[in-house]
Amino acid sequence: MKAIVTVMLKNGVLDPQGKAIGHALGTLGFTGVGMVRAGKIIELELAQTDPVKAKAEAEDMARKLLANTVIESFQVSIDG
Amino acid sequence: MKAGIVVFPGINRERDMAIALETSSGVKPRMIWHKETDLSGLDLVVLPGGFSYGDYLRCGAMAARSPVMGAIRAHAERGGFILGVCNGFQILTEAGLLPGALLRNASLRFLSMDCHLRVERSDTVFTARYQKQRTFRAVMAHGDGNYFADTAALDRLEGEGLVAFRYASETGDVTPVTNRNGSARSIAGIYSPNLRVLGMMPHPEDLVDPLMGCADGKPLFDALVGAA
Repeated sequence: MKAIVTVMLKNGVLDPQGKAIGHALGTLGFTGVGMVRAGKIIELELAQTDPVKAKAEAEDMARKLLANTVIESFQVSIDG
Repeated sequence: MKAGIVVFPGINRERDMAIALETSSGVKPRMIWHKETDLSGLDLVVLPGGFSYGDYLRCGAMAARSPVMGAIRAHAERGGFILGVCNGFQILTEAGLLPGALLRNASLRFLSMDCHLRVERSDTVFTARYQKQRTFRAVMAHGDGNYFADTAALDRLEGEGLVAFRYASETGDVTPVTNRNGSARSIAGIYSPNLRVLGMMPHPEDLVDPLMGCADGKPLFDALVGAA
């Protein structure tokens, strides 16, 4: 079973990388781009076959390592 | 004071840290491999700078979960001294031994330059040889030194006198210009509530001998090794 953990900087935490990406998009001529935020996606192959338990496991991993909850928030989705 | 330096894979400032400690104490510090779990007999544990585990996931994230950290946490709990510099500071925040986090520099640039640190208090074991509100020179060498904590945590740090150093001009003025990495309230270093754990981004160990350009960092090590 695959768990997909999306980690993003919390709202209110400065994201200079997102800002730089937004700036570069403007340079390329893309107009109408508001705020840009950059994060990361972590895919986990889990032995667990129960999707509810798999999600709980992945959330525990996110809290303990994958995200730093001082600055980041995370979301877990289970993919078949 | 018996000192030890923790060596994580990817750390590269441990030798300079050892020289700084030995210059002040005359005693070679113990080098502690990250898999060791016995720190008994040590008064001071230093987490040096570098790029532990290649900065994978987040700076300091992997090191903060390595085997030695349980012993470091116990050392902190029994009131032992801990100094974390640069990556060492990042590791201390990732381990929850100091509040906040170090984000990417606001400019997105790696900063490699001298800076001046204003000493916010001189009544700690780390700063007893400095004068309050005066500055000393140190070396910045980091890409992720932008100190962040939420407003409540920042207010608590300031209210309890736990800000150790701020980025300043040579004369001690703290301005947006002197705050090169964008740190919240220009914070360059913080203490634990018992003032025995210090985390700081710039490197005091880089300037401990006139041959290095100046010895502004030496009083920090002199004070530390003289304390116990």
